[in-house]
Amino acid sequence: MIKEITILPGLDKSGMKENFSHIELTAGETVSIVGPTGSGKTAFITDIELLAQEDTSTRRRILINGMTPDDEIRSNPSLKPIAMITQNTKCFADLSAEEFLQIHARARGIKDKKVIDDTIELANKFTGEKIQKNSRVTVLSGGQTRSLLVADAILIGAAPVILLDEIENAGIFKQEVVRIIQETGKIIVFVTHDPVIALLTRKRIIMENGAVKKVLFRSDLEVKAAHNLLEFDKKVGIIREKLRAGKTITKEFVTASFA
Amino acid sequence: MKLLIIAGPPSSGKTSLVKQIIRKLQGEMKIAFLKIDVVKAFEDVELSREFNILAKKFCSGDLCPDHAGVMVLGDAVEWAESNGADLFIVESAGLCLRCSPYLNQGLGIVVLSSIAGIHAPEKMGAMVSLADIAIVTKIDLVSQAEREVLVQKIKEVHPSVILMETNALQGTSLHRLYGLIRNSGDIDEDTLVLKGNPPLGTCTICVGKKEIGWKHHFGVVQKLDGQTAEYLYRGE
Repeated sequence: MIKEITILPGLDKSGMKENFSHIELTAGETVSIVGPTGSGKTAFITDIELLAQEDTSTRRRILINGMTPDDEIRSNPSLKPIAMITQNTKCFADLSAEEFLQIHARARGIKDKKVIDDTIELANKFTGEKIQKNSRVTVLSGGQTRSLLVADAILIGAAPVILLDEIENAGIFKQEVVRIIQETGKIIVFVTHDPVIALLTRKRIIMENGAVKKVLFRSDLEVKAAHNLLEFDKKVGIIREKLRAGKTITKEFVTASFA
Repeated sequence: MKLLIIAGPPSSGKTSLVKQIIRKLQGEMKIAFLKIDVVKAFEDVELSREFNILAKKFCSGDLCPDHAGVMVLGDAVEWAESNGADLFIVESAGLCLRCSPYLNQGLGIVVLSSIAGIHAPEKMGAMVSLADIAIVTKIDLVSQAEREVLVQKIKEVHPSVILMETNALQGTSLHRLYGLIRNSGDIDEDTLVLKGNPPLGTCTICVGKKEIGWKHHFGVVQKLDGQTAEYLYRGE
């Protein structure tokens, strides 16, 4: 069982050692990774996903429960305690959604056949146009692909550590995603540019020039700000869905207060 | 001398992988490199320029490249050995999927791209099923789930293969590979044979002789340097 993941410092883009001794992520913790594009956010979670042992471009090391993970854990999906949603919005495998999930469930050592239907059902909560069991994964839209992959990570990856790379920018229902995975007691790491997601997490890691610049803990004031922003975000969401459905802006939206 | 035979389809990342291996191990051992291809190959010039190592190429032309590999490997091992190499890396052309170029000694590595298609591991036959190590490349281009689906497919073809995933341009997560190369045994030139069965045909390789080097064969034969039949198209 995973109690904690430890990140040991690597090098920034100029080859200087990062300015921290270690960063610990503990079970049940939510973390966001923020910073400008190109600052090393994706590289940071990729290091966790690959369980880097000074053999990635950042030279970081990752420990599980304080120990160096075994070689086999790094390359055997059925042992891997980490699920990652990358920014990919494309699948190259010439398979139906059902076949794709079946093979992935085999890879993750899951015997229960029900997981396939459950995963497609969950994916359809995140996306507008429904995914069918027999849809080819190669022709799904970007948003559908990401919805399927998020649902896959939650139910088939079913790992104690979930890494999500910018879930907000795929046109999927992020509130729904955030709500479902925050109820789990796992380590959840969001790479994000979204202030709502950043403020919903307990810990914020700020990146710059390929290195961790600082680690912040959410203050009480920020908790309040998060709740206000969440309401605001829901209203924006409602407008977005109305526009997507072909509605026009009515008077009530023009006068709506978001304070 | 240690031996690595690297196979995999064109553009799967074989040469990028070779570069990472050379970069990592060059300080520890003297490395020689042979590229076998059909029409054109540039890797010998590229690698000797970039790393200043012993590098050679061989174009098979009208011969099938794995067949050509068998014919020249005996001479090539001798060439690497006589130049004092500690590690000899052979990169195959990786075209025909009937055979595999792996030998009974050293390490056989198959390189597969994440975006090659989900049925590639099954279609590639002996190139996958007889490898010691399978390396999946270009992992930065696909989702984790899709990588794991491909890895599962490879395992279903070859359950005992050692699997690794990498972005070969950056050389990520190859720690284990370097350890396996360092710990691989020295080859014995006189007892090197092919792991897989050659195809049916009429020359000595075609009827199943596994010995390496042109002197053990007759029929359609080529030496590492120079050719035995002038009418054979040799590529470049």
